[in-house]
Formats: sequence, C-alpha cells, structure tokens
Amino acid sequence: MIPVADCLLRTAEAHHDLADYRSELVPRWCNGCGDNAILTAMQRLCRDEDLAPEKTVFVSGIGCSSRLPHYMNTYGFHGTHGRALPIAEGVKLSRPDLSVFVSTGDGDCLSIGAAHWLHALRYNVDLTVLLHDNHIYGLTKKQASPTSPLGTKSNTTPMGSVLAPLNPLTITLGVQTASFVAQAVDWIPDLLYQVISAAYRHKGLSFVRILQRCPEFMPGLFDPWIQDPKRMLLLSHADGVTVGPALAKVYPNVRAHDPSDRAAARAIAEVEDPLPVGILYRDPAVPRYEELRHVGELRTVERVRRGLEAELDRFTIWPEDAATP
Amino acid sequence: MSETLLLETASTAPRRRVTAVAEHIVEVLSDSGEGAQRCGQAFAAIAARSGHGIWTLEIIPAEIQPPARSVAGASGNRIRLGGGRITNGGDEADLVVAFNEQVLIGRVAEGELKPGCLVLLESMWREDRDPAVAQAYAAAHADLVARGYRVIEIPMDRECRKLVPDPRRGKNMFVLGMLCSVYHLDLGLGREQIALTFGKKDAKVIATNVRLLEAGWAWAEEHLDFAFTIPTAQITEPQVVMNGNAALALGILASGMEICAMYPITPATSVSQHLTELFETVGGLVHQAEDEIAACAFAIGASYAGKCAVTITSGPGYSLKQEGIGLAVMAEIPLVVVDVQRGGPSTGQPTKPEQGDLLSALFGTHGDAPKIVLAVSGIEDCFYAMITARRIAETFNTVVIVLSDGSLATAQQPFPRPAFSEDWLAPPVDQSPVPEGARPYDWDEATGIFRRFIPGQPGGMHTVTGIAHDRDSHVAYDAASNEDGLRHRSLKLAALQRTLTCPEVFGDPDGDLLVVGWGSTKGAIEEAVAGLRAEGHRVASLHLRFIQPLPSGIGEILRRFARVITVEANWSDSPDDALIDEDNRRYAALAMLLRSRYLVDVGCWTESRGRPFKPGTIRAALLDELAKEKRG
Ligand SMILES: Cc1ncc(C[n+]2csc(CCOP(=O)(O)OP(=O)(O)O)c2C)c(N)n1
Ligand code: SF4
Ligand SMILES: [Mg+2]
Repeated sequence: MIPVADCLLRTAEAHHDLADYRSELVPRWCNGCGDNAILTAMQRLCRDEDLAPEKTVFVSGIGCSSRLPHYMNTYGFHGTHGRALPIAEGVKLSRPDLSVFVSTGDGDCLSIGAAHWLHALRYNVDLTVLLHDNHIYGLTKKQASPTSPLGTKSNTTPMGSVLAPLNPLTITLGVQTASFVAQAVDWIPDLLYQVISAAYRHKGLSFVRILQRCPEFMPGLFDPWIQDPKRMLLLSHADGVTVGPALAKVYPNVRAHDPSDRAAARAIAEVEDPLPVGILYRDPAVPRYEELRHVGELRTVERVRRGLEAELDRFTIWPEDAATP
Repeated sequence: MSETLLLETASTAPRRRVTAVAEHIVEVLSDSGEGAQRCGQAFAAIAARSGHGIWTLEIIPAEIQPPARSVAGASGNRIRLGGGRITNGGDEADLVVAFNEQVLIGRVAEGELKPGCLVLLESMWREDRDPAVAQAYAAAHADLVARGYRVIEIPMDRECRKLVPDPRRGKNMFVLGMLCSVYHLDLGLGREQIALTFGKKDAKVIATNVRLLEAGWAWAEEHLDFAFTIPTAQITEPQVVMNGNAALALGILASGMEICAMYPITPATSVSQHLTELFETVGGLVHQAEDEIAACAFAIGASYAGKCAVTITSGPGYSLKQEGIGLAVMAEIPLVVVDVQRGGPSTGQPTKPEQGDLLSALFGTHGDAPKIVLAVSGIEDCFYAMITARRIAETFNTVVIVLSDGSLATAQQPFPRPAFSEDWLAPPVDQSPVPEGARPYDWDEATGIFRRFIPGQPGGMHTVTGIAHDRDSHVAYDAASNEDGLRHRSLKLAALQRTLTCPEVFGDPDGDLLVVGWGSTKGAIEEAVAGLRAEGHRVASLHLRFIQPLPSGIGEILRRFARVITVEANWSDSPDDALIDEDNRRYAALAMLLRSRYLVDVGCWTESRGRPFKPGTIRAALLDELAKEKRG
C-alpha cells in the first residue's frame, strides 16, 4: 500500500515515458537476440508502474543476459558470475524501499549460482527474477549449459551433450517456499509483459523463466514452437494472466489454470511440449525474509548508544564494585 | 613429593604458609560438561574485580563430546593473574586443578606445567569400581609425582556429595571456592559472581552454588598448607572484561555497521552470534547465508545500497570470499571483512590459532586488487579496529580486511570501558540529488577518492560493474580506461598511507636486534623483549597494525638495528633443514613483505604449534638470534 502523501506526490509528478528508462548505451546483443525483447518488456514495465528510476535497481551476474542493467536508466549492479541473487538480497535487505530486479542466465543461475537459486527461493525476498534461458553459454561462446537439450553440439560437447537437461520449473516448484513461478517466451511480447508485470506485483521472490532465443549459437532452437503456435500452451486465469481474444486466435491452445494449485502447476511444469506459458504458481502468503527479519526499522544514534552501554554494562567492573586492596 | 590429605586428620588444620608472588598461572581442567570453563571464567572475573591484571585462555577440545576421562578431552581455562596489566597467557602453569588425571596428561606432554607445579587432583578415581580406571589413576599419579609436581589429592566428589546429589554439576563451584582461598580473594565477590553467572536461573540454584563455593573455600582453609598473595591495584576507572570476539561484535555495533553476513566457522562464529543478540535490541541484521560466497555477495549488495556492511569468517571461508572481494575493490564498494584466523591450509586446525592468512589477505583475489589490511594486536584493539575499518572503507570506497586470530577470539583481558562517541557511527545514507553533470567515478586526480552515488539519489543512476569501466561506469576495454581505473584504485592506498603514523619502537631506537610482529602476538613479544632489555640486551620490538599500506618510517627503523627478524605464528622453512638454503628458503609472511619493500635482510622466527605464543619461547628464540649475531 502506498502512503497517502506518496500518492499525492505521484499524481503531481510528471509520469515517465519509455525514454526515461533507456540508458545512453546502445544494447550490444546480436541481431535477433531474445534479450532485446526482455529489455523492452522491462522498460515498459517500469514506465507503466511509474517506477522512480533512482529507486529501482537491476542486479545481474555475468553473461550476455547480465548486460541488461547497463541498458536501463536506473541504478544497476553487474556483479560476478552466479552471484546476482545474493547481491540482490543484500540490496533489498539493506534498502527495502528499492524495487529490485535480477537478470540471470541459465549458466549463471542454474549452474555456478545453483546454491543461491535454491536458497533465494527459501528466503523469498521481494525480488523479480528473470532467468534468461537460452539453453547455452552465450558470452563464453557456446558451451553446454544445464538446460542444453540432450545431444547439443557445443564447444565442450562436440559430439553432442550427453547429460539430460534439468528442468528449472520443476526444481523451483519443488522448493516448498517458492511463492511465484512463471514461464514466458521472448517471441510473444504481450505475454512476456503480462507475466513480468504479475511477477513484479507479487510480494516475494518471483521466478520467471524466459525462453530466450540465441540466434548466434542456438539458431532455430525454438522454431518448432514459433512456427507451430498450437504447440504453445497458454495458461489463463482471472487471477493470473488473461489471454485476450486476439492472442487466443493465434494460440488456440489455452488452458484454465489456477495458480494456487501447486499439484497442477507441477504437472504442467513436467511437460515441455506443448510449451506452457503463463503463471504456474503463486502463493502470496509465503513469508518474506525481510518481514521475518524486521529490516527497515529506524536505528537512531540514541538506540545504538543505549544498546552499546547496556552491553558494556554486562562486562564492566566499576571502581565502586571492585574490592579495595 | 606426594601428599594425600586424609580427611580423618582434617580437624588438625595445617599451618598455612602464605607466599607473596608477582603473578601466577592457574589452569582448571575437566571433561567437557563438568564446568571447568565456567569456574575459570568466574575465577578470572573475581580476580579482575579484586584489582589483579588478568589474561584468560580457553582450553577447548576439538570434538563436541569427547569421551570422558580422555587425554584429548581436556576442557577448561588458563588464567594468568598478576599485579599489573597482563598482555598474554604467559609460559607454564604454577597451579593446576584437574577433575581427573587424564585431562592433565596432554597438558604435561605439551610442556604446559612449570617444574614443581602444584596439582590439585580429584582423588575419587583412586577407589573407582572399575579396576582399569583405578589403575590408570594410580599410574598417572605416580608419573606426576615422579616428574616432580606437588600433587595434592582432594576428595572433591565426596565433599560435594554432602551438598548435592550429582557433583558433576557443582564441583566447579567447590573448586572456585578453593581457588578463592588459595589466592586470598574475597568470598563476597565470589558470591556476587555466582549470582551474575546464574543470573537468569532461580534463587535455589544460586543458593546451592554459593554453598558449594563456601564449602570449597572452607575445605581449602582447613586442609591446604599453602596460599598465595599477588599484588593488586586499585581500580579507578571502569574496566570491561571480555574476549576478542565479543570486542569485535561490540566494535561492529559501535561502528554503526548494521548488516553482517556470515556463514558459521570456528573460531569466527561467536562474533556473529553475539552480534545477533545485540542487533535484536538495537536493530540491524545478521544474515546467515548459504555459504561464504553468498555471505560476501550479500554484504557487498547491502553496502552498495546503503551503509557499509561486514562479513566475518575464518580461513576456509576467507578463501571462498576472494572473488567477491575483488568485485568490491573493482566496483569500489566499501566492505569490511573480518578473518579470525585459524590453522591452515584447508580445514587445518579448526580450533587452533595461527597467523597463516596474511599473504592471502594482502594479495588474495586475481588481478591487481589493492585493499587495506589491518591486524588487531589485542582485545581492546578488536573493539576500536572495527570503528576504524568502517570509516576507512567508506572514506576510500574499498575493502578493509581485519585480521584477528584464534588466540584473541576467546582470550579475555580487561581494558578501559569505551566511552561512546557519535562520531563512531556511519552518517545517514546520502539520498540527496546528484549535481548535474557529476560522474559516478569522478576520481580525484591525486588521491583516487570519489563520492559514491547510492541508489535513491536522484540523477545518480548508473550501473556498477566488475568489468573494466570508465568514469561513467561504462564498460570500457580500452587501454587508457583500464589504466585510469587501476591507477586511481591504487592511489587510494597511498592516500590512506599518508595519514598513517609510524608505530613506536618498544625499547631503544637502535640496537643489536629488532623484532617485528603483527596481530595477536604483541603482548608476548613485548614481554620477552622487556625481560631481555632488563638483563641488558640491546633488543627492541616493533608491532605493525596497518600492514597494507605500511606507514612511512618503518624502513628507517629497520636500518637502525644490526639484525631484524619477524616473529610470527605461521610456517617458515628452517635453515637447518638439509635441503634449505637462501635460494629456496620460504620466509614467514611478514618477513617476505618487509624484505621486498625495504630491501633489508629481515629474518624470521616462526612457530606453528597451534597455541598462543609464550613469552618464554620467544625469549629463547631471541637469545639464540643474539648469540648468532655475536658469532656473526
Ligand atoms: C567465476 C567465473 N567463471 C567463469 C566465468 C566465465 N563465464 C562468463 S559468462 C559464463 C556463462 C554464461 O552463460 P549464461 O549464464 O547462460 O549467460 P548467457 O551468456 O547465455 O546469457 C561463463 C562461464 C566467469 N566470468 N566467472
Ligand atoms: S550470443 Fe546469443 S545470447 Fe549472446 S547476445 Fe548473441 S544472441 Fe544473444
Ligand atoms: Mg545462457
């Protein structure tokens, strides 16, 4: 809830437009890279939610996808490979007043940062996490990732990858405290936008896996789904993403799915063909770490002084209490 | 000489010889869970309140529940008490109280008992129903006697049983009473200490323990033919008695840092535990992360978005933080990292102290990552170093590594109660608009210092990055930008260095031998040096607190002495080993640093015995060095 005064301020201020969220840098992604669509969706979201650029932070790890913060005219933190989530948790716990977004790649999140991924779901800090899943290591020029389909030919698997990919959705849903799990694809911008705005509005960690095209190293990977819209499964619910008539015309395969139904969400996540898009699961009741830890309470000089003096008292020998020799 | 004090003859009280001594070292040893620790701590507190200088050390078994009556299971305290200020745990013990003979064996083997040491030994084991136990006791007793210790067998269990059904709980207070008698400490202080120790429990528990205390005192008064008096000094200013880790925790609170991220590891954990309790009332967050990598990243994120945060660890965890430390250096985000060092490498000696992490503190992480390293030299310094570290980290927007070690972590010493100052605290997070045209890395040409833009500041939006960047924080791979960043990050150390004052030489400004130390060993080194100086040797010492950058003036000091060595608790090759010569000898960490910086032939003497330095051991090493110098 926004305090009244803040509300008034908001209406008084000029609303932002898209350009307010574009940094002066021109994105350096390849032509046709799905990261461009994700960036656009994020800028739209910021504008529509009227986020103050100075109160918004985009955190990322390392990878092509992790370049995203540089292209936002907000605060940004381009961290180290795999560590976007703990950095973002620190930002949010230190400054609960900031809106914090995370961009992470499939290598970043599911491999080197895998421990942080599971624990982030456990902490359930209010973060919007975008997994840019292109099924490959892009920045390091084509090595197999944890989501590379079996048989993927890459620089580290020239004869084809031999390990089955992991399914980030089922794993995420397997963590009891996961509070928002969704899937989107970069080539249906409308749905992508709807999913991330629901993710943003969710209080808690929202995990959005975005299937992202990497034409450079995985050309045509998603073509079967792009070319055959029937192979997409759109999840629709009054309490989730609603599929309008225009979309339904292109993507006839729409299924009503209640995001509070965890068992159904798991069943949907198991299947990759047809490819589910929408909100799989949401539970706004999962406690957030920042609430549980009562952060954001005002610490005054007086409070520190009193706390310190009281603690020192426990260790103090006062001259008047000491024995006289 | 052995004395079995027979209870039957108890009524004929021995004539008590009271000896005045300058100081004594007392150890109280038991199986873990029998309360020797609590007894030792209470004894130390009473001694401190009586006006004695004290230094206490914990004797901790490595296992959580070692088997009863085992050599490795010794748990307890060493208390060194004297007339003046005590700065270390000292040499060998003068008096040891042991709840069984097994816990003594290891201490004897380690050479921790002085020749002729008084041993007050629980005698119940002599008549144990298990013949193996009785035999072991008799054998150990005979051995102790043969070694020349004055062993006094005391029926502690039997005496306590008169008051409590299970003497395993309570024997420690009986022993406390005996010690109060032996050292002429006021029993009233003893009663008060029990009330403090058991504060939260009910009055009945306190009353029982007070009775045990009084019984121990009465028993000693009646049966022991010796007692000691040690000089005291009137306490005129309030003193606090705490261990190094508690001082670190209080220092963090006093510094204004509000967020600490950590992952449990001995011997660092108790800092965060203590801090958790403190923050409960004062506000603030101690975050137990999923691992040290996450803890470091979390602290960096928190610092980036607000006030400087701290992450606390020990060796293995410190290794895991390296990439994060490099990120904070590169992105120029303030961060305080505390490393309470323990024995290494790898899991090493988790419960034993060592100074093995200096080089990784100075040079850890890849690339050129200048960071500030300071080492605490005592308990009081643990408190103030945190305030200094926070301030430097925020002024210079960089990483400050604070090195402590296991020998300060649990050692206790009184120091003047700190008087709170508002200046210690971090200023509120700047949320003012950034001036038009200001750039995120507006490095000062001379000092490399810049004003950081913090999220929430209108107009300051930019993305910090660990990638080479220009003054706009834009990724920049060009040579000029890269060197511009490297240069300014490096200059900050020089800028800090210019503000540092040279440490004072302990002793004369020149002479035959200078001993250079760092960190926890200060007290032991200075005691050894003072002793030698009193005997006419031309020895002095220099103790370094800031190790990176090193203050000006150290080089001149080194050059004024005929010979310079470092004394460090880490590894260096011995020149006596057949394979070792000047071409391959691995020097101790600080010696290596001083040699390269000052081009002075600095030698080293090191010990990695996993225990705090003893002044006597250092003394012997220095005498050796002096002899070499003479022969030289
Ligand atoms: C500690 C560390 N290990 C390895 C790397 C090299 N590296 C950079 S990005 C990357 C993988 C990126 O793949 P992904 O996370 O899927 O991101 P994408 O480039 O595909 O968006 C690797 C291995 C690094 N920067 N740091
Ligand atoms: S390599 Fe792939 S992921 Fe990286 S920018 Fe190019 S298309 Fe995008
Ligand atoms: Mg990838």
